[in-house]
Amino acid sequence: MITLNVNGRSHRVEDEPNTPLLYVLRDTLELNGAKFGCGLGQCGSCTVVVDGKPVFSCLTPISILPGRKITTLEGLGTEEAPSPLQRAFIEEQAAQCGYCIPGMIMRAHALLTANHAPTDAQVREHMSANLCRCGTHMRILAAIRRAARGMQAADASTIKQELRP
Amino acid sequence: MLFSILVIAVLATAVLYFATHLTMPAEERAQRAFAPDLVKRGGELAALGYCASCHTAESGKPFAGGPSLATPFGTIYGTNITPDAETGIGAWSQAAFNRAMRDGVDRLGRDLYPAFPYDHFWRLTDRDLSALYAFLMTREAVRASNKANELAFPYNLRPLLAGWKLLYLSHFRVTERFDLGRDLVEGIAHCGACHTPRDGLGAEIASKHLDGGEAEDWWAPPLNRTSPAPVPWTEPSLFNYLRNWEAGHGGGEGPMKPVVAALASAPEQDVRAIAVYIASTLAKPGESEAHVEDKQAQAAQGNPQGAELYAGICATCHETGGRVPFTVASLGQHTSLHAPDPRNVIHVILEGIHPAEGAVGAIMPSFADTLGDAQIGEIVAYLRTRFSSEPQWRNIPNEVARIRREETSP
Repeated sequence: MITLNVNGRSHRVEDEPNTPLLYVLRDTLELNGAKFGCGLGQCGSCTVVVDGKPVFSCLTPISILPGRKITTLEGLGTEEAPSPLQRAFIEEQAAQCGYCIPGMIMRAHALLTANHAPTDAQVREHMSANLCRCGTHMRILAAIRRAARGMQAADASTIKQELRP
Repeated sequence: MLFSILVIAVLATAVLYFATHLTMPAEERAQRAFAPDLVKRGGELAALGYCASCHTAESGKPFAGGPSLATPFGTIYGTNITPDAETGIGAWSQAAFNRAMRDGVDRLGRDLYPAFPYDHFWRLTDRDLSALYAFLMTREAVRASNKANELAFPYNLRPLLAGWKLLYLSHFRVTERFDLGRDLVEGIAHCGACHTPRDGLGAEIASKHLDGGEAEDWWAPPLNRTSPAPVPWTEPSLFNYLRNWEAGHGGGEGPMKPVVAALASAPEQDVRAIAVYIASTLAKPGESEAHVEDKQAQAAQGNPQGAELYAGICATCHETGGRVPFTVASLGQHTSLHAPDPRNVIHVILEGIHPAEGAVGAIMPSFADTLGDAQIGEIVAYLRTRFSSEPQWRNIPNEVARIRREETSP
């Protein structure tokens, strides 16, 4: 029995310790956001965030995850109330077939959580681990930029409020 | 009597120093014209010497300088060698260029650090130097000032290098080729710069020629009979390795990666000549069979946690008998698992393997964010026990922590 903290909730799972997190998320916890692409850590469609860092869930056995915080696409927002990053992807129509997008969003989420104002070069470097077969890269980049602008605007208004006497 | 001999010696040294460190006159770039053949050969030599690995920054203009080289004495930055007159070498005459390549003295008479391997380049012929000069002087001139080196005292004092050169630098001139492979290896390709161990003053130890050294915290394996490679190298396998990837051994990583990238565009006959020569220095009499060990059960018993992690993570690609593209049939074929220290294995696990943009090659994700130091340590210990009969490495988790710290610090 292994206890996993996924999206702020504890789950006790009976899967083998060697089982990749991806299989446990999809088959046991029925969180189907993360996708199986290559199973070799080469495409990024299975990306989830562990302790703030993007990892390939297909190459992450659950044995190393007790005590660590796992965030999946389902932890960001809902269909009714998408997170600002998800909203930016919708507004930029940043998907074609959409298979890579959950991984793209999670990798971008890790970047924007740590850095609200990444440079274009930083975004490209950070996102280079995830592949998109359809060639939606320009829209994905536009969505990340849009989300970053939103976060900067939010930062600015927070600062203004703090400065108010 | 003794005193006057001393005075004469000091004066003679001073005269010699000034005579060899005169400022060479600046030359107008417009005066130069070069035969296309010469420029072409210069480009080939620049690939064989992988000049770009130190003189071209990532996503920077070719040969405009910038990359850093960490040495035991501090950090040195590759300089701008484009023909810009002020920030590059545009004002350098052929004679000034030759003096830099052979004697390690720049146009203004300043001593250059042997991070620039003039202790190899003195072996180039006049024609080689004319070709390299023609190639560099026909590149795009880029205005980019050189970064100041960050060297500790007293290594920041350039004149001391004159003494270093008296001890270590040959002033013999090569006028003819006897063995192309050997000339390339010892000269332009400067293999010994990383693959020969260096002494306390940073000079290659002549008695340990190609015994294996290091570069930027990576172990550079021996290129002679002291190699621990479990699969004997041959001329064809070295050729494949040097140009791309080799199924029997794997691919070049770390500081070897830009070398392979450059050699991929070098002339085939030159790379073959290098492979022929290195195969001869590596050859052990009577040894032609591979000895790849695999003590799976023993390793699992000794390192159960490492075995478990290996099965859950690494085996996905590395236990497929080489069916995943760019994996060797058994990890035991990699020379790095037989190294005297675990640095290369740790570097690969922490940093992953990433082909250059647009290039086809091995891909391995970084496990820095997935695995902790102790977990990586367990995997490394398991790999060593399973695939090598050499003694277990010491302080593996500390090495993982150190390399992680140094990789993530800016």
